[in-house]
Parts: sequence; structure tokens; C-alpha cells
Amino acid sequence: MGRYLLRRLGNYAILVFIAASATYFLASFTLHPDINYLSKNPRPPLHSIYTILHGYNLDPHTPVCLRYWRWLTGIVLHGDFGRTYDGASVNTELGRRVLVSTELLFVATVLGAVGGVAVGAWNALRQYRPSDRVSTILSYVLLATPVVVIAVGLRTLDTAGDGPLVQYIGMYDPKVHGTLPVVLNNLEHLVLPTLTLLLAQIPFFSRYQRSTMLDVLGSDFLRTARAKGLRRRQAVLRHGLRTAVIPVMPLVVYNVVLLFTGATFTEEIYGWHGMGEWLVDSITSNDVNAVAAVAIFTAGIVLIAGLLSDLVYAALDPRVRT
Amino acid sequence: MTHPTAVLGVPTSRPAAGSPVLTVSDLRVSFPGEAGRVHAVRGVDFTLHAGETLAVVGESGSGKSVTATAVLGLLPDDAEVSGSVRLGDRELLGLSDRRMSAIRGRDIGMVFQDPLSALTPVFSVGTQLVEALRIHQDLTAAQARERALELLDLVGIPDPRRRVDAFPHEFSGGMRQRAMIAMAIANDPEVIIADEPTTALDVTIQAQVLEVLRKAQEVTGAAILMITHDLGVVAGMADRVVVMYAGKPVETGTADELFATPRMPYTIGLLGSVPRLDAGDRTALTPIEGTPPSMVDLPAGCPFAARCPVAVDRCRTEEPALRAVTTGAAHATACHRAQEIDAPGGIPSPGMFPTPASPRRPGGLPRAERPEVLRVTNLTKHFPLLRGSVFKHRVGTVRAVDGVDFDIREGETLALVGESGCGKTTTMLQILDLAGRRAGSVAVLGKDVGRLDGRGRRELRRDLQVVFQDPMASLDSRMPVGDILAEPLRTHGWDRARIAGRVPELLRLVGLLPEHAERYPAEFSGGQRQRIGIARALALDPKLIVLDEPVSALDVSIQAGVINLLDELQAELGLSYLFIAHDLSVIRHIADRVAVMYLGRIVEAGDVEDVFARPAHPYTQALLSAVPLPDPRKERQRRRIILQGDLPSPADTPSGCRFRTRCPKYRDLAPAESGRCDTEDPAAGVLGEDHSAACHFAAALEVL
Ligand code: SF4
Ligand code: SF4
Repeated sequence: MGRYLLRRLGNYAILVFIAASATYFLASFTLHPDINYLSKNPRPPLHSIYTILHGYNLDPHTPVCLRYWRWLTGIVLHGDFGRTYDGASVNTELGRRVLVSTELLFVATVLGAVGGVAVGAWNALRQYRPSDRVSTILSYVLLATPVVVIAVGLRTLDTAGDGPLVQYIGMYDPKVHGTLPVVLNNLEHLVLPTLTLLLAQIPFFSRYQRSTMLDVLGSDFLRTARAKGLRRRQAVLRHGLRTAVIPVMPLVVYNVVLLFTGATFTEEIYGWHGMGEWLVDSITSNDVNAVAAVAIFTAGIVLIAGLLSDLVYAALDPRVRT
Repeated sequence: MTHPTAVLGVPTSRPAAGSPVLTVSDLRVSFPGEAGRVHAVRGVDFTLHAGETLAVVGESGSGKSVTATAVLGLLPDDAEVSGSVRLGDRELLGLSDRRMSAIRGRDIGMVFQDPLSALTPVFSVGTQLVEALRIHQDLTAAQARERALELLDLVGIPDPRRRVDAFPHEFSGGMRQRAMIAMAIANDPEVIIADEPTTALDVTIQAQVLEVLRKAQEVTGAAILMITHDLGVVAGMADRVVVMYAGKPVETGTADELFATPRMPYTIGLLGSVPRLDAGDRTALTPIEGTPPSMVDLPAGCPFAARCPVAVDRCRTEEPALRAVTTGAAHATACHRAQEIDAPGGIPSPGMFPTPASPRRPGGLPRAERPEVLRVTNLTKHFPLLRGSVFKHRVGTVRAVDGVDFDIREGETLALVGESGCGKTTTMLQILDLAGRRAGSVAVLGKDVGRLDGRGRRELRRDLQVVFQDPMASLDSRMPVGDILAEPLRTHGWDRARIAGRVPELLRLVGLLPEHAERYPAEFSGGQRQRIGIARALALDPKLIVLDEPVSALDVSIQAGVINLLDELQAELGLSYLFIAHDLSVIRHIADRVAVMYLGRIVEAGDVEDVFARPAHPYTQALLSAVPLPDPRKERQRRRIILQGDLPSPADTPSGCRFRTRCPKYRDLAPAESGRCDTEDPAAGVLGEDHSAACHFAAALEVL
């Protein structure tokens, strides 16, 4: 098992390397960091632009292979992902944004997974009853609604009265001071983006949970559980739900992990400077090193998601363990 | 024997033996269905007495399982139930889920059919058993675990302390069913309901499990309500029998009466259609023509009238009630003509159902002079043994087929028989997979398959056809039957006109009508679908047909017709069959020769009559002795050889003789002799003109 994990991680490292290198070359060919300076008004002198860019390993006059080599050795030898086009450390930016994304996603994903499973199971138990039909329609409506619309919609609702019900721009109000008030204010700012993510995720998970649960409800082992003397509710919760969440879990894990770079719209609309926002911003600002860093991060988490979902699966299902 | 309460630790007041424990009267169940209400059970009455075994027998759709489910109160919410189910003097119908749950598992234990799906896959066997105990008894976790270990020991799980924490998938089918029985008796029930408890099991395992069920009954003194379609199991287990047809009991009585003097045409037909292991010469079976009526709109009159050879006008207008055969007797039937059957001058039951004449076989050449249609030489197939679906890694080699030799001559049937895991299916797949790589050789019609090019293989495919077990799965449901039959013809380049002529011909050949070509598979019954499968296999005029359990998904009354058809086709078209099956009774009827497989090897082979009458390998003997006979008297007298334990894993075959770990003979041998079994792999020894067995100490033994 240990050896197996090591080998798998080794394979992952190779995959991440390939993905990152490909992204680096692609970004270097298509993105032009010098535009950021050339379009400035007044325009700085050309040679100083390129001297600056050269310092950040972004100078288009350096052969791309040489730039790649410097970039690569920086990462491998010093763990340094380079500089953004305006000289900031990519590492610092990355660290800050991962934290922001984590905060934003943590509550949303925990609630989303639990809520999705609960709603799905509940629907399955009341299949074809009005509550099931209503929530089926509702979830398809929500699934069909782009996140942008949900986010903007929520914002509009929030501000429909006089002034916003809850604050939402950014992570917290910069005018607030003191630890506790900042934390509370931060939580308040978390409400709308979390709600947005929940509205997208709960219907998604609940549909899957509903169908796996329906399979289980007709199963022989549930009948056995009841023949032993468990009441319907007990049997469904202890034997049914426990078995029915297994196939949903890999999906949840993948979704949760991939949200790190996938919550772009939510972050953009609510002004959270997380990874999703960075992914888009770094491309629009022609920021080669940032794009490459995001790529490495994304490749890494995709693979971690795979590993994690397998581990979760094995933890839940004894059949795959042996 | 210890007193039951001492074993199970539940003090109960037992009803005196013979007093009624479960009384079902006028039970009716219906469900909403797509075509209208399905009246699955239409008035069932029976009484189960303390300590007895009552079997409810019937074919699929007879309502027997629904009856059992209704007794447990586990019918789906949309079922409509009426009548009465009384446990002692408590009425069970209409109890709330809460009150019914207090009875389920405590007063009524349940054993279901398929033990793999009937246990929750994610909890260990011990956890599930402990749960069963703690629902009804006030036990600490430690006490419950101790009790669980006792129960597992009681049902014969070896080394329960080690096995208790295993998960259901780590148990073999037989062990899972033992665990199910342990759960059913955990709270010392008054009634055990066993719904097809051995249907999913191999015959030697079935014998073990039935033994455990008897023991469980002894220990608990419970009455058993046994739901089954297997008349052999009934004959061996039941004191009394209820035969159900179309949702109603049509005949009830003691097992002896019912098997010896059945008085209702359906029962007579059912008993006549069962292929028997103890039958003498190969004779045609007696099928019951037609299919059971639809339970949605049942025609008026006797539900069996459409299939009954002695029906009269009254049968089609008035449904007969269940009446005692002679006043006051327990033997009762639902038939207007019951009094005439087997009465002097009445209707004799033998010959009531017309038995087709056995097809005349061309006298033909002696076996040795007939050409070889298939020869398999030293066929071997090993698979890597992988573990884990997430963390896959190879941990060994599965010797699925490990050196198999046999041949089939023109016009004969060889049955390849064995229990699951013996390698018969892998052998079949190796033969069918013409293009595959293999160790050993397969020659069809004298041509070594391994040496053929693509063109040669294509030609050979025409001569080698296959019929699968599940007729529904092997027919494309979106194609009308005519297209299904035309498909192989088209792939082999027949033109339209020829195809149009061939399709009706094929349908007639298998006993269907040319106009059936327009219909879709879903419109046919199981037996008819299997006929379509056979017609498709016949399309290209093959020489050899591989039949993979072709009748095991069918009810006996239908199965008989398909077996007869195969027999007729063989005689008429000069076909050769390779018949893969696990049912020895069917084999006795259809096969000329039989090869018995165990762990990837053929352990005994030869002429069917020879092998069945004088089995020489201890495994064949055990296998034959485990098959229950549909005759209660014979069943009582038989001495059964019960094999110990399960089939060893084909990844870990024992040294020397691979049957050694379970061989009853081996255990009786003197150490000097048994040493040979430990070290020396027995080769097939010739015992007669066409009879060989791979055992150092092969000796004929009569077991039937
Ligand atoms: S009642 Fe008539 S149709 Fe029914 S079984 Fe008796 S004879 Fe046959
Ligand atoms: S060779 Fe020995 S162990 Fe094998 S079947 Fe014969 S007696 Fe039994």
C-alpha cells in the first residue's frame, strides 16, 4: 500500500511536470507581458521596459527555452515560481489566494456535500410525492442557471431594500477594526458567496444521491435489515444511506477540490481575490508566470482529487479494500 | 442436544408441537401495474404448526414469494392486502411498522434467496448479526458478540472468532447463507420463513445449507415456511406442501400424498415435467404446454384451464375451490375433476399430459467411427489474480482451466458439468474465442483453431454456434424476431430472397409460427425467447452448438419443452452439442456423455448411464448424492455424502489430488495410501469402455 502510494505520487509528479511545461510554453508564446508597459501612459522608455521584464524572466528577447530553464530551475531548486509582470512574488500571491479560496470554499463545500446528500436521500424516500417533484423541478432550474445569474440575482435581492441586508463586497469591510469585529464582518461577507455556491452544488449532489438512494431502497439488504426488526427509518438510515453515499463521494471530492480554481464567477462577482479569479486575471493581464503557477496548482489538485477520492472510496467501501 | 433456550439464551414459552403458530386465511394481495392491477395473491389459506416444515411450491409468478413477503409485512406501500395473517393469536395484518418491527426478527426469522445481495455490503457479518441480536434483546456489545460467535459456530462457520469480522464479500455463497440462517434464528423465532434459500447455491453447498436449516429447526423448534420452486428440495425437507398456481393454492397435502398421488392436473403435470436424476433410459420429458395466465385480467374459470389436457366446459366458467379429496382428509385440491382422477374408470394420471415420442435416433455408427466434431487437448487458462479495485496488484495465478481434454463426436451431446468456479465457463469461452491465444489446442471439425487465418475462422464460425442462458439478454430487444434471425444470415452474405425463405423455416423448426417474425422479443415468454435463441443459432446450419445453461433460467414446466426441442433438433439435423450446465438431472436427460469438472480439471468422464449409475470419483459421488430427488420416500432413505467446506480457490489448488481437501474417501484412507493423494496428481484412469476417473482409488459407488 505504501509502495503503491509512492509509485502513484511519482507518476503524478511526472504528469504535473508535463502539464506545467506545456502551459509555460503555450503562455509564453501567446501572452505578451510587455503590453502592460507599452500601453501605459506615458509610456516608459522601451529599453527600461525590457530591462524590467528581463529581471522578471519575462523578456520576449530572451529565447523561450532559456526563460523556461530559468523558470524551471527556480521552482525545482528554490521553490520559486517567479515574479508577476509587475514584480510581485508569485509565491506570495499564490499563498494569499489559496487561503482566500480555502476560506470561501470550506464552509460552502461542507454544507454543500451534507446538504446535497440529505436533500437527495430525502427526495428518494418520498419519490414522486409532491415534495420530490417540487425539488426535482427546482434543482433542474438551479442546475440550468449559470452561476453568474445566481450570484447577480442574490446580490440584487440583497440590495432590494434600503441598503444591503448583508455586506458582500470583498472579504471584509476595510473600515472595520479589531480582531473580533473583523472576523464577524468577514463571516457576514461570506454569506452571499457561500449561498451562491450552495445553490449550485446542492442540486448537483442531490440528484446523484437521489438516484443511488433509489437503487438502494429496492435492495435486498434493506429488506433483510427490516426483516431483522429494524423500522423503516432506522433501516434506511443505517443500512441504506451508508451504502448509497459511497458512489456519490468521489463526485463530491472531485467537485470540492476543483472548485479551488472553478469558483471564478463567484469570486469575481463578490470581489474575493481567490484562485478562480486569479486564473482569469492572470490571463487577461498577460502574466506568464502567474498563469504557469495556476496551471501547476490546478494540475496538482486534479491529481490530488483523484487520489483523495480513491482513498475516500476505500475508506467507505470494504469491497475495494481487499 | 442441549435445550434450545440454553443455546440461544432467550427464555420463551414454546407453543406445544403441533399447535398452529401461523395461520393465513384468505390472504389477497394486489399491486398497481402498468397494464392494470396485478392480483398476485388471490386467496391463500394455510396453517403452519409448531415444529413442522410447510413448503409453498410454485413457478415464477405463482404468488408464493408475495405470500411470504405479506406475512412479514414487507410489501411495498402501494400493495393492497386483505385477509388475515395470525401469529399465535395475534393478527399481523394492519399492524403499524413499529409493532410489526418488534415481531420481525424476533418471532419470525427470515432467510432470503441470494445471500450476497441480502447482506449489507459495507458492514461485517458480525456487525449485522450483533445488530439482529441487539434490536430485540437487551445485551451489551460484548455479550452480543459472544452470542454472535456462538451462533456462527452453530451454523457451521469454521473458526468463527476469526471470521466474525469478515465482510459479506469475503464469505462464499454457502457461508453467507449460513450467516443468514444465524441471523434468522438469533432471537429464537417461532417461525422461520425461507424464501428459495438454496436457489442461488451449488448443489453440494445446497445440501450443506439444507442440513444447517434442519439443525436450526432442531435447536429452535421453529416451524419453517419454505418457499421454493424446487420439487426435490420440497421432497427432502417438507412435511406438508401447498402447490400454488396463479395466486392460489391448487393442491395441499402431506408431502408423501402429494408426490405419490397428486390429484390436480397442474401438480401432476409439474411432477411429470421435472427431469429426474433417477430416471432410467433417456425418455422425452412431459412439458405443460402454454404459459401461466396474466395476473392482470385473469380469465374466468380455472386459471389452469388453458393448459389443462382434461379441461371440460365447466372449467372455463367456474373457478374450482380448494376441497378435501375425501371428506375430512388433509389432502385437498382445487379441481372440478379431482374425484375422477385416478378413480376406477376415471382419468388415469399417467399419460394425462401427452409425452412426445422420443425422437428416433439414427442407429448410426459406433462412437469411435463417427467423425470428431470437437477435440480439446490439454486446454489451459490461467488468469492473473488481482486484488482491490482501487489498489490493483497481482497476488497470484488463478488456474481456471488446468489441462482439460475431451472430444465430441458427430451427433452426440457432451455435458460439461461442475459447480461454480470449476472452470466450465472458462473452458467454453476458450472454445468459442476462436481468435484468442490459448495454451493447449482446440480443433473444430478436425481443424486446429490456432492455425486458422481470419477467413478460415469466419467459415468455422458458421459451424460453431452458441445459445446463452439468459434469452432476454442475448436478444436485441429493439429488433423484431425476423431481423434477429436474419442477422447471422446477412453477415454471411445471404441474399434477401434466401433469407426470406429461411426465417419462417427456422421459426417452424423451433416450434414457433412464421408470423412471429414480426414481433419483438419482449412479447414472448421465457421459453419462447429461448426457442428464438436456438433458432438464431440454427440459422447457418451449424454442426456444433454450444449450449450455455440453456434452460436454467426457465421454469420446469417450460424447461421440459425446450429440452425436448433440443433433443428433436439433434436427431433431425444431426447436430452435436456441448452442453454446459450445473443441473445434473437435466444432463441425465439430454446428454450422451458427461464430463465432471472440479477446480479446472475433468475428474470423471464417460457415458452418462455409466457415470450416473456407477460414479467412481468421490467428487462425482458427492455431487450426485447431493441432488435432491423429487420423491419424499427415496429422499428419506438416501444416505447423503455431505462435502465439508467450500471449493478451494483456484488460485491456490492443493498439491497432489486437488480434491483432497474435501474428499470423503481420503479421510478414510490409511496414511500409507493417502500419502499418494497428497503428492501425486491422479491421471485419468480408464474404468470401462467409455468411462474414466482421475482418482487413485476410483471405485464405483451407487448413490441414487
Ligand atoms: S378444474 Fe378443470 S381445467 Fe382446472 S385443473 Fe381441473 S380439470 Fe383442469
Ligand atoms: S485421489 Fe485421493 S484425494 Fe483424490 S479423489 Fe481419489 S481418494 Fe480422494
